[in-house]
Amino acid sequence: YRSPPPAKYGGRHTVTLIPGDGIGPELLNHVRELFRFCCVPVDFEVVRVDSSASSEDDINNAVTAIKRNGVALKGNIETNHNLPPSHNPGTICFDLYANVMHCQSLPGVPTRHKDIDVIIIRENTEGEYSSLEHENVPGVVESLKIITRVNSLRIAEYAFNLAREKGRRKVTAVHKANIMKLGDGLFLQCCKEVAAGYPDITFDKMIVDNTTMQLVSKPQQFDVMVMPNLYGNVVSNVCAGLVGGPGLVPGVNYGKDYAVFETATRNTGKNIANKNIANPTATLLASCLMLDHLKLRAYAKMIRKAVLKTLSETQLQTADLGGQGTTSEVAHSIMQEIQRGGPRTSEQI
Amino acid sequence: MMATLTKAFKPILGRQLGNTAKVFGAAVNSQRGKPTYPPPAKYGGRHTVTLIPGDGIGPELLNHVRELFRFSCVPVDFEVVHVNSASTSEDDINNAIMAIRRNGVALKGNVETNHTMPPNHKSRNNLLRTSLDLYANMMHCQSLPGVQTRHKNIDIIIIRENTEGEYSSLEHESVSGVVESLKIITRNNSLRIADYAFRLARDKGRRRVTAVHKANIMKLGDGLFLQCCKEVASGYPDIEFDSMIVDNTTMQLVSKPHQFDVMVMPNLYGNVVSNVCAGLVGGPGLVPGANYGRDYAVFETATRNTGKSISNRNIANPTAMLLASCLMLDHLKLHDYANMIRGAILTTMNETRLHTVDIGGQGTTSEVVQSIMRIIQSGGPLTTEI
Repeated sequence: YRSPPPAKYGGRHTVTLIPGDGIGPELLNHVRELFRFCCVPVDFEVVRVDSSASSEDDINNAVTAIKRNGVALKGNIETNHNLPPSHNPGTICFDLYANVMHCQSLPGVPTRHKDIDVIIIRENTEGEYSSLEHENVPGVVESLKIITRVNSLRIAEYAFNLAREKGRRKVTAVHKANIMKLGDGLFLQCCKEVAAGYPDITFDKMIVDNTTMQLVSKPQQFDVMVMPNLYGNVVSNVCAGLVGGPGLVPGVNYGKDYAVFETATRNTGKNIANKNIANPTATLLASCLMLDHLKLRAYAKMIRKAVLKTLSETQLQTADLGGQGTTSEVAHSIMQEIQRGGPRTSEQI
Repeated sequence: MMATLTKAFKPILGRQLGNTAKVFGAAVNSQRGKPTYPPPAKYGGRHTVTLIPGDGIGPELLNHVRELFRFSCVPVDFEVVHVNSASTSEDDINNAIMAIRRNGVALKGNVETNHTMPPNHKSRNNLLRTSLDLYANMMHCQSLPGVQTRHKNIDIIIIRENTEGEYSSLEHESVSGVVESLKIITRNNSLRIADYAFRLARDKGRRRVTAVHKANIMKLGDGLFLQCCKEVASGYPDIEFDSMIVDNTTMQLVSKPHQFDVMVMPNLYGNVVSNVCAGLVGGPGLVPGANYGRDYAVFETATRNTGKSISNRNIANPTAMLLASCLMLDHLKLHDYANMIRGAILTTMNETRLHTVDIGGQGTTSEVVQSIMRIIQSGGPLTTEI
């Protein structure tokens, strides 16, 4: 099998940009400005999909754009609760089956827990997010949670592969198999089967309620965690809270052929939109992950270093970290930091 | 009446919705006329309470409870019913359920669910909760003075729907390799739990109820839950109502838990959120939980841990179980005894050298219990006018 050729012409990559709602557009504007400032060889193809889009065409356009480019950077699109339930085309079209979130305690950010370094791998396509619900009897709703052998094996394989690549030593499967014996039981069994093929990595399992309790008291015991969709949602939000909040952690959705980068906790941030107070760190770190994916490692390192350096300056921290800095101050400081780092055209890309 | 309802529904619902029909029937039944509570099991001024030791640390902690009650001359007699988690027959748990129906109140340890057993072997704890229709699980998370935690002064009441949701145990594998788990949300149960939450908030003088949900993904299911909460909220204008998505809730809980007052939610989110809160106030050894139904009440530790790895080593923390027994005494209206024991427990908590391993100390279970008994003894005569 050959992966599709990258959208790279004349040394410049094309990446789809989906602004989304809330703080998405302003933060992604900062990303574009920063990339232009650093002369990063990436061009953005902006595709607008937001909650006001009533037609399926907009969504289909975005889908085509991502398929063409292979990589996307997006803000969160708000789900309108009042609309009738319709199939969410986002992750399903591209089979972005793995959501990876690397939670690290960042230096300079005051948190109650120190030295957290957890990688959370969450199954991204099935589970409780199948959107299959029906009301056979009025007043009684059934939601279907689907667990399949194929997807469970796939996500477990991804988790162990990633653990091996990054030199991690333990993978913990999070489940609730004492209650959902068939569903989570199948997930656990698939993880065990895959674990047998990676004898150098320890495999253990933990029930989701115990996991969340351990996370708030002793998060340092976790290394790599793999889990179905809903538990992944909750656990990744708990971890994001532990390292400093939704403004700091980037997330990636990987499929076989495509990758979409966004903030890990997928917040729209409607009430802080356009007030210049949102924390750009998560989106900027997500763009660095994207640059790593495109093999533009030197640029990624340069931007990441500048972001982390700015983060450790307490007077520039934004409101969500307890400071009073504005988004533009942070972006400006990052650019200054990069400028200080020397010439921006380097030979190695 | 319930039998005819169930019979009428079975052909309409067809496949495996027998459980749902039963619950629906029970709920409808309760709305006809005033509820008549069964008479309490109180003879000669002494109450009888069912005791289910369970597995792991359950038996030893419940022994301490019995010892303490005998020492304090609490007028409660325990009817011990053992439930064997290794046996596949349901006789044990049915005996326990019958005993609880007889007595009305129970104190239990957690009965372990063996994952390797076949899928039709249901969780014993779950069977107990659904058969007795213990629809509300209440957990009051309070920071205890004397226990070191990262967050101070937490005071949250979590009300969790206890019978349906993801815990319906309805799963099937129609196509090999594809498992479907059914999550059931019904209007009746959602209205019932919302009503319980708002009534409790009003009784305890609380000002805000937050509904935790994931209605952006499960639009029909959690959407129905949220709608029921809103309907009930309109009948309690003095209490503020808001809603929050479960992922945001857990993130807020680990950074700013003081913003929460009373929370109501379906079964699985309740499980996760209550464990997060238990972790915030100091761990599974400190928080008691109560399961309330219309006619029955069962008390246990809030996070329902079996504690297999620390059983019979005299290191388990008895606080959660003892506080649960105090909740039980409150339920039986033996408030004086409840306050006496609770005061002794909290005084003991202030002594750091008596803290057990889970809260960072080196004390043993028996030392903690001895200390509680000493404090009770020094509190004066044990017979009060009641």
